[in-house]
Order: sequence, then C-alpha cells, then structure tokens
Amino acid sequence: MFEKTGIPSKEMIMEKFPPIERINEGPVAVVECYQKIPCNPCQTACKFNAIIVGEDINNIPEFYPNKCTGCALCLSKCPGLSIIVVDGSKSKDRVEVRLPYEFLPLPEEGQIVKGLDREGEYITDVKVIKVLNPKSFDRTPIITIEVDRRFLYTIRNISVEA
Amino acid sequence: MKQADLVIIGGGPAGLCAALSALKSGSNVLIIERNKDLGGQLRKQTHMFFGSEKQHASLRGIDIPEILLSQLKEYEDKVEILTDSTAVGLYEDGVITVLKKEEDYFKIKPKVTLVATGAFEKALAFPNNDLPGIYGAGAVQTLMNVHGVKPGNKVLMVGAGNIGLIVSYQLMQAGVEVKAILDAAPRIGGYLVHASKVRRMGVPILTSHTVKEAIGKNELEKAIVCQVDEKFMPIEGTEKEFDVDVMCISVGLTPLNELLAMRGCEMKYIPQLGGLVPLRDENYETTVENIFVAGDATGVEEASAAMVEGYLAGLCAAAKIGYKPENFEERRTDYMKQLKDLRSGPAGGHILSGIGQVLIGGKNV
Ligand SMILES: Cc1cc2nc3c(=O)[nH]c(=O)nc-3n(C[C@H](O)[C@H](O)[C@H](O)COP(=O)(O)OP(=O)(O)OC[C@H]3O[C@@H](n4cnc5c(N)ncnc54)[C@H](O)[C@@H]3O)c2cc1C
Repeated sequence: MFEKTGIPSKEMIMEKFPPIERINEGPVAVVECYQKIPCNPCQTACKFNAIIVGEDINNIPEFYPNKCTGCALCLSKCPGLSIIVVDGSKSKDRVEVRLPYEFLPLPEEGQIVKGLDREGEYITDVKVIKVLNPKSFDRTPIITIEVDRRFLYTIRNISVEA
Repeated sequence: MKQADLVIIGGGPAGLCAALSALKSGSNVLIIERNKDLGGQLRKQTHMFFGSEKQHASLRGIDIPEILLSQLKEYEDKVEILTDSTAVGLYEDGVITVLKKEEDYFKIKPKVTLVATGAFEKALAFPNNDLPGIYGAGAVQTLMNVHGVKPGNKVLMVGAGNIGLIVSYQLMQAGVEVKAILDAAPRIGGYLVHASKVRRMGVPILTSHTVKEAIGKNELEKAIVCQVDEKFMPIEGTEKEFDVDVMCISVGLTPLNELLAMRGCEMKYIPQLGGLVPLRDENYETTVENIFVAGDATGVEEASAAMVEGYLAGLCAAAKIGYKPENFEERRTDYMKQLKDLRSGPAGGHILSGIGQVLIGGKNV
C-alpha cells in the first residue's frame, strides 16, 4: 500500500522506532527511510556514527539508537525530511518531538498548533516548545513540540494557522 | 568566423561541470546558453537534493549553480560565456550557428563540441488540454521559483514521479492548495520520502487514475478524472470532479538533442532513457568524431548523474584536442566510479538497461 499512497503502515513505522526504553532515556532519532535511493547526507551529518549508509549509497540507512545523542543535526540535512527526534524522558504522560518544518508562517514558541499524522489528519493539539532556524539548517527549521504520549507513534506533522 | 577550442552547448549542471573539467585540464572553453542565467533546471529547484556529497547532496538545487560558477571564476581568462544565445544549428563541417537575443546571428567553428542541452517536458492528450490554467510542471516552477508568481490557487497535479511530488510540495510552500496528485501507474514513481512529505500535508495521491477531460469556458474551471485498469483503460463510472484553476502536467521528460540528430549522430529510441538518444562510447563521444554529449540530453536522469557525466565528458573532450593531464586516468576512473555508485540501486537498474543499448563498445559505466 505504501507504494500506492505514500503512507507507511503501522508495522513499518514501529520497525523504525527505537525501543521505548531508549526513548524514555532521552532524545533519539527515528530514521523513517524505507526505500533504496542513491542518497547519504544523513551519514555525513552524523558525528557519532549512529547512521550508517555504507559503501553503496543506495543502501537504506542503518540506525544505531545507542550511539545517537538526539542532537537532531541530521533532521535538516535529510533531503527527504524523513528523520524526527523523539524524547520520552521529560514526563510520564507527554513526549517531546522534534520535526523539520519548511512552511510559513513558522509557529511561535508557546503556541498551540494542530498535530497531524502521516496522512495529514488532525489528531491532537500540540504545544510548540522551541523553533530553531539558524543559518546552518539552510532553511529547514526544526520545531520541538510537546505531545500527549498516546500519539508518540502517530504524530508526524503540524499545521500552523496564519 | 569565431574559432574556439571546446564549445559547450547548454549551461546546466552537465554543461557547467564539463566546462570546469576541461578548464582544469588546460583547455579554453566557450559556453553557449539560451537563457539569461546559467544553471539550467537547477535554478528552479528550491528543495534539497539527494545524492552524495561529491554531487552537493543536501544542498538546495538553486544554490548549486553559485558554487559551480564561483569555481568557473578561477579560470576567468580561459572561459567565455554567451548567455541569451541559442545554438540553432550543428553542421557537417563542425560549424555551430548561434542566435543571440534574436538579433545577432553568427557562426563558431570549434575543435570539439559538447552538447548538454538537457530535456523537455512530455505533454498529455485529453479534451481541452489547451485551456489556460493547464501548465507543464516546468512552467509552474519557473513562474513560482524564478519569478515569484503564483500560478493559481487550487491545483490538480498530474504525475506522481519525483517532479510531480516535489512541485506539489513547492506549490504548498508558496501557499497554493494542492487538491490531489494523480498518476496512471499503479505505483508512485517518485521517491517515497517525497510522497510521504506531501501525504502528511494532507494531499491524497491517487494511483491508477488519469485525466478524462478539462472543463472551462475561458480558463480551467474543473478537471474530471477517472480510474484506469491494468491496461490503463478508463473504468466507466469512476469519474471524480475537482474544482481547480490549475492543472500541472508532469508526466516525464524527453531528451532535447535535435542538434545531434541534425549533425548526423546515430540516434536510438530508448524508453528507459526518456526517448531518442545518441549512441555514445564510455567517454561520452557520439558516433560523430569530436561531438560529445552529457546530462539529460543523453537520457533523462538526475542532476547528480548529469554533473558527473559532465566532468567525465569534459575531461575526455579536452583530451581529444590535446589537453590530456597527467592524472587523466585517475580522474576518468573516479568519475566512472561515481556514476556506477549512483546507478547501482533499484532506481538505477532501468537507466543501466537503457545505457546498455546505446553504449558503443558495450562496456557499462
Ligand atoms: C522538479 C524537479 C526536481 C528535480 N530534483 C532533483 C533532485 O532532487 N536531485 C537531482 O539530482 N536531480 C533533480 N532533478 C533533475 C535535474 O534537474 C536534471 O537532471 C538536471 O538539471 C539535468 O542537467 P542538464 O545539464 O543535463 O540539463 P538542464 O539542467 O536542463 O540544462 C540544459 C541547459 O541547456 C540549455 N539549452 C538547451 N538547448 C539549448 C540550445 N540549443 N542552445 C543553448 N542552450 C541550450 C538550457 O537552457 C539549459 O540551461 C529535478 C528536476 C526537476 C524538474
């Protein structure tokens, strides 16, 4: 179905998520790259060797959650915007999620915006914690949101009303 | 008549890299580009490129020409650039005729010519496909990303290849609503990361769908689409209506290389490469001696491959007229390896099967 709709299945998503214990320890990336394409900037971006594409740049990146520091530098480097960072260490009932967002207007810190799933459907309101847009991110801002833990595996996008 | 060492027709990524490569070997270079600016397709690509670092992956397409042009600057006294100039003919005696700004018409006689003219868009036949509001994806990108003009407000994107997916995303970034993306194929043709990107913005992707007709009096008002079966035949009763003022057609590209056909280079129709392409050897020399080719003009692929082909063809074209550096073999092997790497995945498979049919001497790069 994924190849017909662009929506990954639940199983595909779960396979890419690090174990919940790791998520609860602190920020960690989720590398949602499902297809062999000639591309490797994620590997170049990662200073900790947590993402390895290897000799053949068509390989699907291998991700090592225990090497990942959750620095999120790879988020704005992935041309497919396929990487997010999740952090379950902050609270028992909420998680923080960092995602790339290339639309205007950018949300403001503290703003409540709509949280969307992988189909673009509204699932819940989320609070914007941080908006990072330094020059080094090259016009791919990274937004940190706080989300109800129930939506850890479904939240993937936000919608900001003008 | 103007004389020159190496003339490169087309100043896109392939042409610019070919120029850099030949300059590095010591040749003089003249670039002919019909647009006002160099950079070709890259000037319209506001998204990040995939590929590897050597081909500037992760940078945005629009920023790559800058990098190549600043490298060209280092060879200022050896390179001449003619913009607003179209090569209109390539003759048996090697003469190129050029039209500058539709007023100045002149001839150039180079020692060797490299054609890097890129590709042009395919059209789609359906009733009323000439209504205002129906654009090719290239026109939409030029309006939006080069001139800052919104093409309309509600768009139906036809074609779910990389171009259709990426232009949909760029339309949304410009504040335009994309109602749906459709494709007659049963699967999304573009990279799935790009598909997921637009999907999570709420845009449905309708595979196995085609345009039945466009409706409108003076301009596009509605699009009727329908489902197709495995043989791409419309299924009756599956019609859907979309209220849109723009239909954006992105159903693929075809190599632009009439100049080569005119010159007498042997051409072959290769579906995997997008249409009619010249036969060529490993060094990207065609069946006519001293006529080289690189980039989308050899077969529709990616800017990453176009750049490396440019470096390789530029190196070999310069060597052909006596500028053969000591590290020639080393550079040649490096470029060939980069091309091999880019094409080694599933997406490269069909490109390789196409190349196998046009490669003189049979060895694959
Ligand atoms: C929407 C879209 C997204 C893309 N995304 C990516 C991506 O993410 N990664 C990637 O690697 N590639 C991407 N590409 C593909 C990439 O842009 C092309 O493969 C690449 O530009 C081809 O380079 P080229 O130099 O062969 O041709 P072009 O870029 O088309 O350049 C050809 C040049 O020749 C000039 N010319 C043509 N005829 C003449 C003539 N008779 N006289 C003088 N000048 C002439 C043209 O004006 C043009 O400047 C994308 C393409 C599109 C349309």
